[in-house]
Amino acid sequence: MRTNFIKICTLALCALSSQAIATPLIQHWQTASGAKVLFVEDHDIPMLDVAVSVPAGSRFDSAQKAGVAGLTHHLLDLGSQGLSEDDTARGMADLGAQLGGSFDQDRASISLRTLSQQAVRSKALAMMAQVLQHPLYAADILTREKTRVLAGLKEAETKPENIADKAFQKAVYGAHPYGLPVSGEVATVAAITPQDLQNFYRTHYNAARAVVAIMGDVTRAEAEAMAQQLTGELPQADAVAAQSEVAKNIAASEQRIAHPATQSHILLGAPGMSRNDPDYFALYVGNYILGGGGFVSRLMNEVREQRGLAYSVYSYFMPLKQTGAFQIGLQTKKEQADDALSLVRKTLADFVANGPTEKELLAAKQNIVGGFPLRIDSNRKILDYLSIIGFYDMKLTYLDDFSVRVEQVTVAQIRDAFQRHINPQRMATVMVGAPEGVKH
Amino acid sequence: MKILLLGLSALLLGAPAAQAKIYEHTLSNGLKVVVDEDHRAPVVVQQIWYKAGSMDESNGTTGVAHVLEHMMFKGTHAVPVGEFSKRIAAAGGRENAFTSNDYTAYFQQLHKSKLPLAMQLEADRMHNLNLSAAEFGKEIKVIMEERRWRTDDQAAGLMQEKMMAAIYLEHPYHHPVIGWMSDLEAMSVADAQDWYKRWYAPNNATLVIAGDVQAAEVFALAQRYYGKIPKRVLPVRRVWTEPAQLGIKRMVVKAPAELPQLVMNYHAPTLKNPAVESQPYALEVLAGILSGNDSARLNKHLVREQQIASEAGAGYESAARGPALFTLEATPTTGKSVADVEAAIRAEIALLVKDGVSADELQRVKAQVLAGEVYKLDSTFYRAMQIGQMESIGLGYQAIPLMLEKIQAVTASEVQQAARDILQDDALTIAVLEPQPLSDKPKRAGGDFHAH
Repeated sequence: MRTNFIKICTLALCALSSQAIATPLIQHWQTASGAKVLFVEDHDIPMLDVAVSVPAGSRFDSAQKAGVAGLTHHLLDLGSQGLSEDDTARGMADLGAQLGGSFDQDRASISLRTLSQQAVRSKALAMMAQVLQHPLYAADILTREKTRVLAGLKEAETKPENIADKAFQKAVYGAHPYGLPVSGEVATVAAITPQDLQNFYRTHYNAARAVVAIMGDVTRAEAEAMAQQLTGELPQADAVAAQSEVAKNIAASEQRIAHPATQSHILLGAPGMSRNDPDYFALYVGNYILGGGGFVSRLMNEVREQRGLAYSVYSYFMPLKQTGAFQIGLQTKKEQADDALSLVRKTLADFVANGPTEKELLAAKQNIVGGFPLRIDSNRKILDYLSIIGFYDMKLTYLDDFSVRVEQVTVAQIRDAFQRHINPQRMATVMVGAPEGVKH
Repeated sequence: MKILLLGLSALLLGAPAAQAKIYEHTLSNGLKVVVDEDHRAPVVVQQIWYKAGSMDESNGTTGVAHVLEHMMFKGTHAVPVGEFSKRIAAAGGRENAFTSNDYTAYFQQLHKSKLPLAMQLEADRMHNLNLSAAEFGKEIKVIMEERRWRTDDQAAGLMQEKMMAAIYLEHPYHHPVIGWMSDLEAMSVADAQDWYKRWYAPNNATLVIAGDVQAAEVFALAQRYYGKIPKRVLPVRRVWTEPAQLGIKRMVVKAPAELPQLVMNYHAPTLKNPAVESQPYALEVLAGILSGNDSARLNKHLVREQQIASEAGAGYESAARGPALFTLEATPTTGKSVADVEAAIRAEIALLVKDGVSADELQRVKAQVLAGEVYKLDSTFYRAMQIGQMESIGLGYQAIPLMLEKIQAVTASEVQQAARDILQDDALTIAVLEPQPLSDKPKRAGGDFHAH
């Protein structure tokens, strides 16, 4: 692998890890079509990973047509000009190639993993290019897929974790489209037409806003050609209306929703931070200490290790283009749900008021910096970083800078950042399968 | 395990540069050490696999294998409770553990310079665990929460548990890995202690180290940290059988859900002699032809063309200590019933038995398997998993390339014959999930894979 070498040897970690850590050398350029490309050339394994991302996630849905963005993405590989859905599925399988995708509030992407030998790769890329740039959105296929999506949505409405998530997103984001269910609602999906998908596709799948991530066994010239091939025939860019910001200071709320499950599913949180927030590292490291750090976080220690109240308890920030949620979650048997919730609230309040200890911060840095090589130890993980760095306009040196930025975080910065971003008195709380005999 | 394999891809597809090299060495106390060198990144994974899973438990203490897995994080005489995880975290590591029917395993992923620390800690808890009643009392509550979360409150989890109990009468696959709730309630720290004494010994374990290491150095480190742990006399392992089924079984599970589900389970063999047997390979290929890709028969026919099912799939795993199942499952689409779905699946089986499979379908599955071999080079952790599983099951990691060759040699007539032999009603258990509305609040009593 072609690499940069960075030295990590500052403060706490000098003794721990003074070896040079190699980060992948990222090449970048813009295609003639206007797409941004990030490429890491690596010939260790005869395979290629490619992902194309566009800002076409569910935040571009409207409340009346929630689900359009998701179905636009979902139907991409179910019929394109000259390729039926079965042609694509069969063609990829014959090559041993894997066509995949991901979809969230911000981003729609499709990805390909294929052997890199030219005869295989070129066929797989040709199909991917067609799928991405010439989808048909046929009415009969939309009807069939809507039936499947609706069945899934109805099923989700019976599951406590899904009920809780839906109520939580709504409570945190209010009217902002981040609060819409990413796959839409039963009523809105039922009304979606092929024209809705065509329109959404034409508006949001543009070369000028696309990010192409390429990782693996091809040359720069080959990568340049494939980036153009995958984006050159995307629709021309239309302007997309700017969106209002997520309202940060929500009022406290608490929803208790009945469910026959034996456990209560509890979520609490509030708007947190965006991907490019200047407090990103302070909040990230702080959250590791609060509830992100596996078996050693404060929440895990208080709720599980000390009292045996839950199998899983966590907290995280969802860093999105605009302000994403800060979320704490756990499940515990109904009879003790209120005790567990009080304990979580107390743990959060204490953390926000006082911040972490120096000892906790040192341990967090040791883990995050010491574990940095695990973040980039496979082609798959590097591909995902390339997509994220490109999509969120992060610095190309993000991976090189990562450890130093973590190292620079102080106890005071964490306390200050949490106090500015998280107000424990103004949390949205959702409890599904709430204990009975209490307010509903 | 769905697809396993190694090595031959190089021959068929042009030699990959990162071809895995595997080395083994057995310490004098019986601990087998297997090393998979991969120098792409300066990281290493340590996995220790104990050949002790829920199938080794006795009636009344089901779940104890998994309980002990949790207790392994609760301290030794030298490393107090909580310290194991703290030290791994401070070394930049990630760690966890899992229990299955067949084995229990623990792992850490870290920078390669931290392997000695991980070995020291893992070796220590192999023989110095400090099981206290106080820690047990807290942890058993965590495990009951885990059971509620995975099984009691999940329609799919309940269905799986009740299905396995109906399918197996004698074989311990009858019992869920997490244990019956009443067994967890009755369990004491002495049960965990007994389990630990019985199975946690170097001669009942395989140590797998994969990553940017030199095998010779790993063997020396293993000798240093694990070499002094005494070998133990292991209990005689009970050999289980499952009597012939003698007729179709049908069952219904009622649970809160929206969509019904149909699962058809046929008894099937597992690999015992991978060089000689052929049917398990044919069944692997059959599962691929039915649902190995979006163009495979079940999705193409039932979901896309006939639109009878909203989801449909097939599954079979040839590698396990106990017997296997060939499974077909589907969710009826809106307006269709489980009877419609069952009829459609039976029509697919009849078609297979009558006309067999095409050369194209066969080739497609084999191409996916071969490409998967190359993709596997991108995951050190997964390769270590495969080695550990194969060793724990008793087939050995050397069977991995052999199985790849055997899959490539499967013929269309072998697939057809396997379908004819295995997909027989007398060995079939059909389970139906009957969805219940949430508002009725039905009274419900309370296998697989459980992470710590």
